[in-house]
Amino acid sequence: MVKYDKKTLEMMIEGKLSWEELRLIISGRKDADRFEKILEILQERVSWPEKIILPLHEHLYIVLKENNRIVKCDCGFEFGNYNENWKTKCRVRVRDTFETIEELYLKDMGSDPTWQELREYLCPGCFTLLDVEAVPPGYPTTFNFLPDIDTFYEKWLGKQAPDK
Amino acid sequence: MSEKPIGWKGKKIKEMLEESNDLFNETQHYYGIDTLKFKEHDPFRYERAYASLRGALVSARETALHVAASPIVKEIGELCFALYTPEGDSIVVSTGILVHVHTMSEAIKFMIREDYEDDPGINPGDIFLNNDPDCGNVHTTDVQTIIPIFWEDELIGWAGGVTHEIDIGGITPGHVLMSSIQRFDDGVYYTCKKIGSNNRIWKDHMITAKKSVRTPMYWELDEKCRLAGDLMISDAVIEFIKIEGIDYYKQFIREAIEEGTRIFKKRVIERLIPGRYRAVSFIDQVGEWEAWQPKAKVNKIYNQPLEIISDENGKLNLSFDGASACGYNSVNCGVGALSGATWVLLTQILIYGDKVNDGAYFAVNNYFPKGSWANPGDPYLSYQNPWANLIPAYSCMMKCLSYGLFSRGYREEVFSGYGLTRDAIQGGGRYNAGPLEGQLWMLSTFEISGQGLGASAVRDGLNWGYAMWNPESDLGDVETWELFQGGVPYLARKVKPNNAGHGKYRGGSNYGGIAFVANSKDVEFFGIAEGLVFSGAGGMHGGYPQPTAYRLIAKNTNLKEIFENQQDYPLWDPDPANGEFERLLKGDIIRKPYAQMYPISLDNYDMFHWCMSGGPGYGDPLERDVKSVEQDLNDGIYTEEKVNYIYGVVAKFNKEKEEWIIDEKATQERRKEILNERKEKSMTFEEFWEKERNKIVENQLIKPVKRMYKESLELSDKWKKNFLEFWNLPEDFTVEVD
Ligand SMILES: [Zn+2]
Repeated sequence: MVKYDKKTLEMMIEGKLSWEELRLIISGRKDADRFEKILEILQERVSWPEKIILPLHEHLYIVLKENNRIVKCDCGFEFGNYNENWKTKCRVRVRDTFETIEELYLKDMGSDPTWQELREYLCPGCFTLLDVEAVPPGYPTTFNFLPDIDTFYEKWLGKQAPDK
Repeated sequence: MSEKPIGWKGKKIKEMLEESNDLFNETQHYYGIDTLKFKEHDPFRYERAYASLRGALVSARETALHVAASPIVKEIGELCFALYTPEGDSIVVSTGILVHVHTMSEAIKFMIREDYEDDPGINPGDIFLNNDPDCGNVHTTDVQTIIPIFWEDELIGWAGGVTHEIDIGGITPGHVLMSSIQRFDDGVYYTCKKIGSNNRIWKDHMITAKKSVRTPMYWELDEKCRLAGDLMISDAVIEFIKIEGIDYYKQFIREAIEEGTRIFKKRVIERLIPGRYRAVSFIDQVGEWEAWQPKAKVNKIYNQPLEIISDENGKLNLSFDGASACGYNSVNCGVGALSGATWVLLTQILIYGDKVNDGAYFAVNNYFPKGSWANPGDPYLSYQNPWANLIPAYSCMMKCLSYGLFSRGYREEVFSGYGLTRDAIQGGGRYNAGPLEGQLWMLSTFEISGQGLGASAVRDGLNWGYAMWNPESDLGDVETWELFQGGVPYLARKVKPNNAGHGKYRGGSNYGGIAFVANSKDVEFFGIAEGLVFSGAGGMHGGYPQPTAYRLIAKNTNLKEIFENQQDYPLWDPDPANGEFERLLKGDIIRKPYAQMYPISLDNYDMFHWCMSGGPGYGDPLERDVKSVEQDLNDGIYTEEKVNYIYGVVAKFNKEKEEWIIDEKATQERRKEILNERKEKSMTFEEFWEKERNKIVENQLIKPVKRMYKESLELSDKWKKNFLEFWNLPEDFTVEVD
């Protein structure tokens, strides 16, 4: 059975493993306890007490708060129930002019804003850039991932979800 | 015509295929196999058996491409081989352009369903040729040779090989045609056609085939290459049976596929999270400005929304519900191509390094909506460039699965996506001087195999080294490309600044090239790439999409005088706003913000620029390690101005050391400033929603965007419901394209 120590996984999360070290992890068999170990590492790193039940994003976690499953940023901002798209609680900056798109891309190397705009979804707490959507004007916000937490814990991990 | 059925136990193969389908539908196991008897009873024999067949396939491929093959096939291995069951399900595959393993499966099933057993007959030594997207293929340019394998008088399998041709005799020279809008433009079609017997290709076929393409020599070489590989596979299977026995073989091949299904589901349960995943991508089509044909004069944005449901059993359910309509252009996509794309990405993301076969196909449900680009259901449309939809659309799949991999903790497996396989510049001409005078040459650069890969959650994306359709992609050697595209010698290849998607981890970067026309006449030139929209599903977790392509051509230049006077000529186009072409050349310099270009004529000393795609980024760029940004500056990946604006990194060029040095303190200040700017320039979601909704209801959208909404709303009730609910629009809401 492959296992990695916490230090190695922490270094990986921080992007500090060398390519040689990382390559072995990528091409090797997977460590079955990865989920639990990462959860433990992440829980130690956040400054708030709520229990993380699923990491959702580089900065967002599904956590238990008063028996509700909510999305929470590592800065502490709470996005509400995980069943709702956290993006709809974000602050949004829209780049829908040539001028604002060309701040990021060279002329002719970005989208034409009448065809496609850029939307930057920001955490209202820490203003970290959480997601960028490149969509035609008027396109609904995409709800990228809705995990089935109970099935995951009960059927795939073979244990009860922490709030059950 | 064979009298006795060629299937097992006196059955016809059509009956076997029906039996296989029924048993799978009944039991959800391949051929109803619920225990892997051979694997459990004698795992060593089983694994050895699998390895020996796999070895035979790999070796057939490696040998065949040295027996005979066109430069594309030989240089970057644009071929692959697979062994199939009598019913057409792949058992083992070689390395190479794996997207085709499942497409050949569809071709075999087509022959079975069409009763080829009765007419034209399936006999030992027969050879079949297919390149029809209506029976499984991606586009006519991919040509498949399929032969039946017999043991005594029973069909025990099929060997199939596919190569990608440099030219397929279409409306213009090229391998992925821009100006095709109907079947009759797509070049020569072989719809599962018998082209030989007794292991020999018929002479009349070869004569016709060579006259049907612009590159007859390469056609013949590739046809021999595919047949050689198939025959080697057939021999290897016969040897296998001599060693293991026919009864073992028959049960083994079915168990191997059932095991493939199980491995796949197990991987899903091991690596992902059950739930619902969604991503969307787009591609632009500029027929209104570029097309010759009246009915193709339409500008479009293709909507490519993907939803994946990962169920509790490890089965994946893919749906392109809401996809834009098909039409008179080259980017329609058949079901075989879509299944092939699903399969090839799964082999890269989940089932690499284990038994790779059609077992994975059986663990996935696909929904490709009829009438959309993803399943037009009309064989008379063109299917020349399905890749334009397929490649960006499947970056959604990579992104969707990456959300699951991330949540499960396998961050090293995450990929934000990849760049479109571009810049597919193509065309051809005829030498009017030199040793090859009078001969045709084709512009068909396969550098396009080396695109930027998206960033992962723990590192930057791979530079110039990824193609979604071939896990072993490689941009090849310029010298090889110049062998067959000698009319357009390279002047330069250089890393293109600001070509990698921004992020904490940046996407892979890529380069641009410059070539000119020499010693030629009757030169046609065209190109395919995204231009007005970003290709693919964008960045992930705050990363940005990779830049778009554009078109740059110089006609009537003074390049001849520049050469004679030994003056400087452009080596790159680092900033389209301050062009090197404009600075160094005299002539007509044409720039277009879009990159889909119908064929134009070029003359000697005309020049063009093309650019390979970067990959999308991952994470907030403000979190990028400053040392990595310093490296980017020194490697020419990004320029100082962009790094300052996007990464908040302040750097100064040290003239003595000739390198960029970061000012740490100024960088901290600049990053704070950017955070403040984000506060000032952003709005609440409610404000955003209101403004965005007004763009729809106040008729602020341009025609192609309206057309996109109209098509998706009309093609899918589900997509419509979601759209109307999200924007709180009335049920009778419609979009009109004036
Ligand atoms: Zn935050």
